[in-house]
Amino acid sequence: MLRYFTIAILFFFHLNLNGQDLEMLKIEGGVYIPLYGSQEEVQVEIESFYMDTKPVTHQEFAEFIKQYPQWSKENVKALFADASYLTKWTADGEVPKHLKNSPVNNVSWYAAKAYCECQDKRLPTTDEWEFAAKASENSIDAREDSLFNQKIVSGYEKPKTYLKEVGQSSPNYYGVYDLHGLVWEWVYDFNSIMITGESRSNNNTDANLFCAGGAVSANDLMNYAAFMRYAIRSSLKARNTMSNMGFRCVKDYDDELELNQ
Amino acid sequence: MKTHRKTQTRFAYLFFALLFPFLFAACQQQEEVVKSNRNKNEDIKVVGTMKAELTAPPHVPKPIGKRTAKRLFVDMEIIEEVAEMDDGVEYVYWTFGGSVPGSFIRTRVGDIVEFTLKNHPDNKLPHNIDLHAVTGQGGGAEASFVAPGQQKTFSFKTLNPGLYVYHCATAPVGMHIANGMYGLILVEPLGGLPPVDKEYYVMQGDFYTKGKHGEKGLQDFDLQKAVDENPDYVVFNGKVGALTGENALTAQVGETVRIFFGNGGPNLASSFHVIGEIFDRVHLEGGKSINENVQTTLVPAGGSAMLEFTVESPDNLVLVDHSIFRAFNKGALGILSVSGEENHVVYDEGTEAIPYNPQSEIAESTPPQEKQVEAVVEEQVSAPADFDLQTSITKGKKIYSQNCLACHQAEGQGIPKTFPPLAKSDYLNNHPDKAINAVVNGLTGEITVNGETYNSAMPAQRLSDEDVAAVLNYVYSNWGNNGTTITPEKVKNTK
Repeated sequence: MLRYFTIAILFFFHLNLNGQDLEMLKIEGGVYIPLYGSQEEVQVEIESFYMDTKPVTHQEFAEFIKQYPQWSKENVKALFADASYLTKWTADGEVPKHLKNSPVNNVSWYAAKAYCECQDKRLPTTDEWEFAAKASENSIDAREDSLFNQKIVSGYEKPKTYLKEVGQSSPNYYGVYDLHGLVWEWVYDFNSIMITGESRSNNNTDANLFCAGGAVSANDLMNYAAFMRYAIRSSLKARNTMSNMGFRCVKDYDDELELNQ
Repeated sequence: MKTHRKTQTRFAYLFFALLFPFLFAACQQQEEVVKSNRNKNEDIKVVGTMKAELTAPPHVPKPIGKRTAKRLFVDMEIIEEVAEMDDGVEYVYWTFGGSVPGSFIRTRVGDIVEFTLKNHPDNKLPHNIDLHAVTGQGGGAEASFVAPGQQKTFSFKTLNPGLYVYHCATAPVGMHIANGMYGLILVEPLGGLPPVDKEYYVMQGDFYTKGKHGEKGLQDFDLQKAVDENPDYVVFNGKVGALTGENALTAQVGETVRIFFGNGGPNLASSFHVIGEIFDRVHLEGGKSINENVQTTLVPAGGSAMLEFTVESPDNLVLVDHSIFRAFNKGALGILSVSGEENHVVYDEGTEAIPYNPQSEIAESTPPQEKQVEAVVEEQVSAPADFDLQTSITKGKKIYSQNCLACHQAEGQGIPKTFPPLAKSDYLNNHPDKAINAVVNGLTGEITVNGETYNSAMPAQRLSDEDVAAVLNYVYSNWGNNGTTITPEKVKNTK
């Protein structure tokens, strides 16, 4: 365990894509127990990976559409995005000025996935995202920190945080910004764990998830926060879009790439 | 031989003839059992369609009357929004239809309700609805689970008449309810409820804020307090003062009032009571059983009651949770303002208070008062132009009746040994600063008023400077006090 605390993981590299500098940081891999599985103690092994330091912004997404016009508001196939796709943009597909540096929202899972793949990246898995998101400013695993959890939960309660600009709050232990506080983020396997609409029974669903849900221990804000995330993910279909849902990309860790730097 | 056989046959006939009624009866009985296990309201025919009228509290939609059962479209939007819980205290409410409690839904038995739940695109969380009036999975919870920016439709037939709670049942369930996601759906019986003059929608709920009661600013939900069942606010219709002042419910003398009362919880049961009134009829737990002549009715969290009463005399009837600290310290207080002619048979105010002197020796042994009541000259600073003493006093009377009267009594006489008098009070007349302080900050510990010692506790009154001045001006201008004038500036400077 100590290894993960002592290894300096702050390692920058720059990918020059589409003429922009997109900053990524390495998240040192490790073993952890996902929040939903805490009763069975099922450990998950996370390989090291690079993660975007900030959520993708409206501006960045607009650049992407310039190159891949099939993802514009006008051209997108109904199969890949619902009617609210990029709904905050103007009719002719322009980004409103005040949103340029805010996290892109009202994007479908398909669009988010395409964006990442077109940059030779991918969407994070649920486990990868949760693994990175358990770090507070000072700690690699702040899940037991009640203040950290309180901040997350109260953030989920505040309306219209998607209007804030990215990178304005303090980065977490890894140097990653805004995993909490602005928007929910798409993950690759967003619907692999289902919380059904009926969150009090445990029929036909992942029993572990429900037991944990029904028996959230008295002070467990950690589970409260996690459950809200799992609930939002399981309420969505891949073509759905939401004001409060954006995304960021990750990339597999590559030894050679590091050596070449 | 032949005869014998005939007799045998006859016996056989007789045997079956005798047995037959039993067999038949047995069959019939069985059939009856099967029928009674089944809700026959399922067979009520649905004729035509209509859009349900939805109303925000304290209003309710028009009565069903004698209309046929219909396919009823209910269209409800979930909105997460910041609103005021108390003066200067804000909270992020999660609402069904933009109000707490959510929109009132009125149906009749046999309706097929086609329910569309819309989650506003700006919302952050997925939600759903569990209607206690629904027979089926989770009261509709799973079928209505919907992400922000999406809508879902499901339908159900109303089988059981009654007044039912609905609420959100998305994880974490307690938090969704604690943030205001509950309301009432009424299923009227065949032929409808008996007509009344006034109908109102009142629902109790408990709220848990990071800051303590009255702390200003946007307050976060406090999970630990919710788990401990220790609310900062217990209120009617979502906020302090939702049913007082200009929001008070109204009725005329002689009218019959029906209150659809629900309790959203999430935690506390309500001891619902109306001060100065007796419920003529109570539909217990919102069901069929009616109790008469009820003072206080117990309404469980996630439960309801229908209350009917005729108002006989003009008065401000006070709606409270008779777990009384919730009413006077946490907000569970509303007013039903009844206007009209006094009815001295029903209630008569009696005579003015006159001295009561049992001529005991205590009077003689009481030490003389240290100080005579004297006018405080320094207080007569000229007030700013926009301050009008008479207006202030008039306003103060209202504030007094809402905030002070319960303890200090109608004529400021107080209650011996418990609540000090405000009438001819040396304490007030000699120390306006202390009076202001008592109202603004509360007062605990031993004080001496007119020679009597009191050791009690008065909570801080959360009033604006103007209101503090008004209530004190009312007190100073009445009951033999010295007429000191308190301006809002004076209050501000004293704080």
